[in-house]
Amino acid sequence: MSDVFNLLLLQNTLRTATPVVLCALGCLMTDQVGIMNIGVDGMMLMGAFFAVLGSYLFGSWLMGLAFAFALGVLLGLFYYVFSIKFKSDEFIIGVALNILAGGLTVFLLRTLFGVKGSFSGPGIVPLPTLDWPWLERIPVLGPVLNGNTLLVYVSWLMVAGSWVFLYKTPLGFHLRASGEAPEALRASGKSPERMKRLASVLCGVLATLSGAHLSLGYLTMFSENMSASRGFVAVACVIFGGSNPPRVFLAALLFGFIDALGLRLQKYIPSDLTSMAPYVVTVVMMVAVVLLRRRRQSTRSLAS
Amino acid sequence: MSAEGPVVRFEHVTVQFPGVLANDDVSLDIRRGEVFALVGENGAGKSTLMNVLYGLQKPTLGSLWIKGRKIGPRHDPLRAMAMGVGMVHQHFKLVPSFTVAQNIVLGMEPKRRGLFYDQKRADHDVRALGERFGLPVNTADTVGELSVGLQQRVEILKALHRGADVLILDEPTAVLTPHETDELFEVIRRIVAEKGMTVILITHKLGEVMALSDRVGVMRRGKLLGVLPTAETDERVLAAMMVGRDVIFDELREGAPGEQVVLAVRGLAAKDDRGLPAVRGVDLTVHAGEIVGVCGVEGNGQTELTECIMGMRPQTGGTVTLNGRDISRHTPRAIRAMGVSWIPEDRLSTGLSAKATVTENLLVGKQRQPAFSLLGIHYRRRNARRYAAKLAEEFDIRSGGLELPAASLSGGNMQKTILAREFSFDSPVLVISQPTRGVDIGAIEFIHEKILEKRNAGCAILLVSADLDELFRLSDRLVTLYEGQITGRFEAGSIDKQEIGYYMTGGRQKEARKA
Repeated sequence: MSDVFNLLLLQNTLRTATPVVLCALGCLMTDQVGIMNIGVDGMMLMGAFFAVLGSYLFGSWLMGLAFAFALGVLLGLFYYVFSIKFKSDEFIIGVALNILAGGLTVFLLRTLFGVKGSFSGPGIVPLPTLDWPWLERIPVLGPVLNGNTLLVYVSWLMVAGSWVFLYKTPLGFHLRASGEAPEALRASGKSPERMKRLASVLCGVLATLSGAHLSLGYLTMFSENMSASRGFVAVACVIFGGSNPPRVFLAALLFGFIDALGLRLQKYIPSDLTSMAPYVVTVVMMVAVVLLRRRRQSTRSLAS
Repeated sequence: MSAEGPVVRFEHVTVQFPGVLANDDVSLDIRRGEVFALVGENGAGKSTLMNVLYGLQKPTLGSLWIKGRKIGPRHDPLRAMAMGVGMVHQHFKLVPSFTVAQNIVLGMEPKRRGLFYDQKRADHDVRALGERFGLPVNTADTVGELSVGLQQRVEILKALHRGADVLILDEPTAVLTPHETDELFEVIRRIVAEKGMTVILITHKLGEVMALSDRVGVMRRGKLLGVLPTAETDERVLAAMMVGRDVIFDELREGAPGEQVVLAVRGLAAKDDRGLPAVRGVDLTVHAGEIVGVCGVEGNGQTELTECIMGMRPQTGGTVTLNGRDISRHTPRAIRAMGVSWIPEDRLSTGLSAKATVTENLLVGKQRQPAFSLLGIHYRRRNARRYAAKLAEEFDIRSGGLELPAASLSGGNMQKTILAREFSFDSPVLVISQPTRGVDIGAIEFIHEKILEKRNAGCAILLVSADLDELFRLSDRLVTLYEGQITGRFEAGSIDKQEIGYYMTGGRQKEARKA
């Protein structure tokens, strides 16, 4: 089994976890303002497509990211307008986004690239990998931490950054207050709607960037439905991690680990079973959340 | 001081809501450095008038002046705050997961390097503010874990932090214990005397008005009926003004209660939703033709007690008997069939089906009778409508149509609908919870009359209410409930409000005073 449990497993863990990390951070932002955006999966898928499109058209990974970023802003505003401004049901909008993403990417794949199923080619410029010799020198973990693509490192920065933002800056306070007690924020002369818009846009951008990582990070290709419900896993991670960035990060890493493990076990176990692993873990995680919450509640009521 | 002119002036302020004049040509001056009490029943327009001042409500007509400046049409809470008007709402506007300091500085946080929250300075500022006004707080405490009294203190500090010198307090004592109320009054007196603050107190408790205010304005149906110096009036005069007529209740009850015990509760125990003991060994009897009132600060087991009697909540001990027959541990339907009717405290979720029509709501419980149901399959709509129309007339239910959803009714008419349904069973026992909460004055009168009619007809009635005046008016006997136990029993006529208050708080009030 040493071909399963080795450093490569950790490397794969990081690779598979990163899109979930980015997407979960986005979903966390909307969760903090009191909206559960399940449309992140569709946002991720569209982000993946537009990143490939930008990269291919301009021959530059930077343009790929720019495309994904711009799309994220638009999708975030779209989500804000419909689910918050017009107060339609957030789940319906999320489901609509997911269905739209599936159809739109397939349609654009055919009309723009004239292919079915997937699009790859030398014209797509992948994201650069970063190589830091000092990082390489750390024993054991060095080779795992070093040599990843740009967005892996960005995602780590984002974990720390979003925690600082939410818990150490007044703007972050307002964002959290807009979800927990919007009237309190309004009475203080700040608009909860603006905070929700900000959260929605941040969510859109993070979700589409996670898509960019999918299509430009390791694969340099777009294929139909390549998000493979990772957005939903991200939603689960947000709930599991209690909307707290470091905890959500750990939850996403756990998911990545299980996913990577499943891939590497395919030699021994049918792949149909191993590919179920992350989703089974998701269900188990959710049950754990409920049980933990119940226990916390009963101890709290005993204490009072 | 009066030479400065009023700190706030309302001139012919009128606020028109759809179908209601919430404020009708109100002109009022508030003087600097006074405690001004604004009294009136629910829906009299007090809160609306204060919302105008605080910029939450735009007047349809009329104008508002603050400190000699006329207020434009773009008045909002931010501008009100900038002019020194602060408001402590009845429902606190606090963020539960934030600390005390974070809540107080919310929206105007001190920053470090232009980006980060400066916790040290915020804590320091808040502590200094608390000391200056004699309102100490622990800046690092999480607000959601504080007592209601302390949360209110945070709200007051929040307003003071924003530079308020005119403080509006909306029903500030509604959620406080008597001891917390005393403390609040101390604070109000101090900030008015020492800091020259102006306080506007919205309330419907006349005792507080007499204890605290310099002047009092009485509102009824949107109109300001008059402004009196508190020293020149008394509770009786104010009550008569508020209600619109002399309020004399005593001779409504006819005849003495019967000898026969109808409802008997023995050693009843039950848990609340969190699994903690809420009812702890309650003994009660209700005779035929008697109203037994249960009074207590809300959350002392009243809800659980009535739910237990009705079979809505499992009991953990004790028995409930009806004419000697054990009715405990039965389903609500069986208990109703045995002769107990119930007017629950929450009319929207328990009392009515808000989406069903008024007719359907009036019919519930009788839908299986042959008159309304052919072989249990076919709904005999015409009979149902005729029946509902008759009840609606008898109970003066005013609706846009009996085929409209119950949610379209006003609070008072919802309550009358429930009353009509429950009274129509002619049960020997009635359990009534909060019959007039949030109901307008006219409907209150009507509901009280109907309840007394039932009593005089020999019904055994258990009445739970948060409204002491209501309990005093209707009950033959009163019991006080504190932390799930009965702490005092009183006969009508021998009842003293002070005494009741003492038992309602488990004696804490008296001890606090001694200390």
